Amino acid sequence: MNQRSRLNMIVFQTLIASLLLALMGRLFYLQVANGLRYQNAALSIQSRDIITPALRGAITDSSGLPLAMDRPGLEITVDRSALDKMPDKGKAVLVRLAKLMNVKYPDLYNRTRLCGELSAAARTGCWNGTRYQPIPVTRIATQQQALKILENGDSFPGIDASSVPIRSYPSLAGENAAHVLGYVGTVSESDLNSTKYSYFRNEVIGKSGLEFQYNQYLRGKPGVKTVIVDRKEAVTHQARNTASIPGNNLITNLDAKLQSATEAALADAITRAHALGYKADSGAAIVENVKTGQILAIASYPTYDPNIWEKGLTVAQAKDLFSEKAGVPALFRPLQGMYAPASTFKSLSIVAATRAGYNMNALYDCPAQVQIGNHVFKNFETKSQGRINMQKAISVSCDTIWYQIAYDEWVRDGGLFPKSGLHDYFFKTAAGFGLGKVTGIDLPGEATGRLPDRAWKERWYKANKSFFCNFTSQARKSDLTPYLIAIAKENCTDGNVLRAGDAVNFSIGQGDTLVTPLQMTSIYAAIANGGTLYKPEIARAVVKPDGTVLKVFKPVVSGKSPATKKDIAFLHAALRDVATSGTAAGVFANYPIHVAGKTGTAQVLGKNTDGSSKDDTSWFTSFAPVEKPQYAVVMMVSQGGFGASVSAVGVQKIYSAIYGVVGNTVDPTKAIFPNGPTRGIPTLDVKNAKLPVVSK
Amino acid sequence: MRIARVNLRANFAAFDRWLMLSVFALLGMGTLLVYAATKSWFASQGLDPQYYLKRHILNIFIGALLTYGTTLIDYRLLRAYTPILWGLGVLALIAVLVPGVGSTVNGAKSWIALPGGFQLQPAELAKISVIIGMSMILAEGRDIDSAPSDGDVLRALGIAALPMLLIIAQPDLGEVLIITAAVVSIIAVSGAPTRWVAGLLLLGVLGSFVAVKSGVIHQYQLKRLQSFVDPTADPQQSGYQLRQSRITIGSGGVVGKGLFNGPQTNGRFVPEQQTDFIFTVAGEELGFLGSGFILLMFGLFFFRAFMIARRTNDIFGRLVVIGVIAWFAFQTFENIGMTMGLMPMTGVPLPFMSYGGSSMFANLIGLGLLQNVHIRSR
Repeated sequence: MNQRSRLNMIVFQTLIASLLLALMGRLFYLQVANGLRYQNAALSIQSRDIITPALRGAITDSSGLPLAMDRPGLEITVDRSALDKMPDKGKAVLVRLAKLMNVKYPDLYNRTRLCGELSAAARTGCWNGTRYQPIPVTRIATQQQALKILENGDSFPGIDASSVPIRSYPSLAGENAAHVLGYVGTVSESDLNSTKYSYFRNEVIGKSGLEFQYNQYLRGKPGVKTVIVDRKEAVTHQARNTASIPGNNLITNLDAKLQSATEAALADAITRAHALGYKADSGAAIVENVKTGQILAIASYPTYDPNIWEKGLTVAQAKDLFSEKAGVPALFRPLQGMYAPASTFKSLSIVAATRAGYNMNALYDCPAQVQIGNHVFKNFETKSQGRINMQKAISVSCDTIWYQIAYDEWVRDGGLFPKSGLHDYFFKTAAGFGLGKVTGIDLPGEATGRLPDRAWKERWYKANKSFFCNFTSQARKSDLTPYLIAIAKENCTDGNVLRAGDAVNFSIGQGDTLVTPLQMTSIYAAIANGGTLYKPEIARAVVKPDGTVLKVFKPVVSGKSPATKKDIAFLHAALRDVATSGTAAGVFANYPIHVAGKTGTAQVLGKNTDGSSKDDTSWFTSFAPVEKPQYAVVMMVSQGGFGASVSAVGVQKIYSAIYGVVGNTVDPTKAIFPNGPTRGIPTLDVKNAKLPVVSK
Repeated sequence: MRIARVNLRANFAAFDRWLMLSVFALLGMGTLLVYAATKSWFASQGLDPQYYLKRHILNIFIGALLTYGTTLIDYRLLRAYTPILWGLGVLALIAVLVPGVGSTVNGAKSWIALPGGFQLQPAELAKISVIIGMSMILAEGRDIDSAPSDGDVLRALGIAALPMLLIIAQPDLGEVLIITAAVVSIIAVSGAPTRWVAGLLLLGVLGSFVAVKSGVIHQYQLKRLQSFVDPTADPQQSGYQLRQSRITIGSGGVVGKGLFNGPQTNGRFVPEQQTDFIFTVAGEELGFLGSGFILLMFGLFFFRAFMIARRTNDIFGRLVVIGVIAWFAFQTFENIGMTMGLMPMTGVPLPFMSYGGSSMFANLIGLGLLQNVHIRSR
């Protein structure tokens, strides 16, 4: 062998040895170093999870009557992998099915497409799951439809019918409760990305209301069947199969009959307001147990059919839920609507005044009007009353007394040039009763309202300064009146300063003050029970399907109001006077249940969409019986006119339902709570509840 | 007849044992893996699950006869038949290009359909004629310490050029690559001037450049190359195959899923698994231990083959052995490298393991050549 030949042979041997080493290294990298990663990748290629939904727990009222429950539905499903193999991609079958289901072919077509298959504009009804599981096209098929499909398998290849649980709100006592119960829907992409909870794709979860709030209790655990498929998606074998675990039942403090009566009383109040010539676009009514904070009924107007979601929400229906014209039925007024409290706020002004040292037994002037600065502030609900004591001032709802007291206190705090160590009795008292923050009710989306104190003014000024300082160039043409321009100029220079008018308006619950009806309920419940603020609670207990109690929701004290015992006693007397001889006497003077309460009629700035000016907000905040308070009942009707004539009458109807008042006598057999609100945890018999037939 | 029997015993006894051991191991494992790759697939189609197994064993049996036959005649006498062998190879390569004779698989005309559903791949056999032909010319009329002249090298290249051009015309990129490796290796070890080796390597690079530019390389081959560079480029086609292949091997882990128990294999996620992607079955079902063992067996095979090349004093024999080693080594590297994403997809079978008659026959004839040189150099 010559030298070169020998050398080349060595080079050649080395080359081949290194090629083999390279292969060995790569093999190690794939199988040992990254084996786990590739095993997972392989698993996701081979395995498909099929989710069997768990029976969702029921939501019941305090007597165990179901408000929301799963009921058997008939589901028709379409197997895409079977359809796609047909020469016409299953069109003939879908056309037949559409005819059987009595729906239009394009609608059915959309429901059988994955959302990714359709253009963004034409996705209505699309399926957001995978193509490996049967795609449901309806859950409320009739027996006849299901039988036709099952009996004529060759006419409907790839189509199946089976029974599934569907969410139902049976309205057994005629209650609607749409907002408080909420609704369920398929998990969204963002739910799936949630780091707090892990969901299965296509799992049905609570989207709002109690369904949302207590989803983790109600949802149960879906069953998972994992199958191994080959490249052509044919199932080769089953890898695991876990049965679904039904969800727990939620028992609420609501009473279905009282809920129904409260909704009827609210709807009736709206009708009455319309008859009186007011626009009355929306309203809220709440019944709370003042000793515990338990919410016994909570109604919102306008409302919607809670079963709308299971029936298949149309695009038009979805739009209606949020349309101004329909009154935004989706908005849950009791805790999401914000309104000026008007005179119902005066109970807090009493507490503020005693803190500031005013004598409740002294006499004060109640003129028809008071001039503060350049503005004249008038009595709203009453004319001049002469010199009266504070109890009378409440019962006749005198405003001018408060204008003077609020003005004096504003001056004492330094007026336009605030001193250090501000008293701010009115603001601090309001904050002490929980205004400006949520009550903490166990429902999603509660609004805070607005406490327009100095800090709020400062924030408001920062946000709007540039607009007011450039008012002539930025405002709408129609707003360029000399009056508004003057106001803008004032706001530009010292919009952050609390002016006399702000302090005066605040004392009678007007101006920039906004509250939710729930906040007012919580405040009047505290006045009723001696000053304790409770967290309003809907949930009473969580009970397992076998009946064992999993969790009891005890009353939660959220704070102590700044009212003294003396204040409370004074308010009980004064608020009772409102019902016997004051602004609500026409409704409650001869009523057998001794109601204490306060009317409110709030002026609202701004215009309706049709250009008309807004009607007053009608309030009645109350508790009863005044001797031993048990219930706080509040009603609010937006654009409902006077508090007494609209809301107080509505509240009376609610008390009548609670106590069984007929005419002017109490008939305990007609009472919803003849012995006070229900206590304890009822035994549930959800399965045997007699349910009305759900119409299509 | 008597002579033949004596020869049979004598030849077999003289075989390199370690070389045989490695080949038996590879053949045995290959048989199991071909069965594993096709068993559940055929069973699920209602077909005979042992269809591939039986044919594979038949191929090995025929191939074993060819191995033995190859060792019967002294390889030095083979020289006399070389022109005939070469001529037949070229004729067969021309035949595949004739419409109606050659059949197209995966875009390349590489096969001659024979009666009875059999197919022949002439390129596999042409490799052998190129190796023997080149070795003959480069070893002709010189002693072991001299170097071949430029003229010898040119003539040797001429021997290789025609079959290679015909294979390019099919086109079968993988075979061209392997023959090129054999050609360069033979010339290098023959002791030819270094400028030839360097020049050939340069030519190879230029050639592939021109091939891509002039469109000799078909679109599907370019796509395969692209998906090698970026496996996500064409995930449903060749990229899909490469990705599945890598996942299948990787998912085997250290000990594998067990023979016949690979879900990727049984689910047919890797196309052509019993032929070009047979190594993925080993990867998934036998894991790092099993597939590492296969690499070790190839290592043993090459180690013993180099021993044969070193031991012989006959330059012709050595060049033949080197040519066969180059062929097997590059084909192994190209095949296994492809399944693991180290090499682009070219579609060459794994020696001794992939299902396929022509390839198995050629491999076992190659083995026969190695043993032939081994027996005669003792």
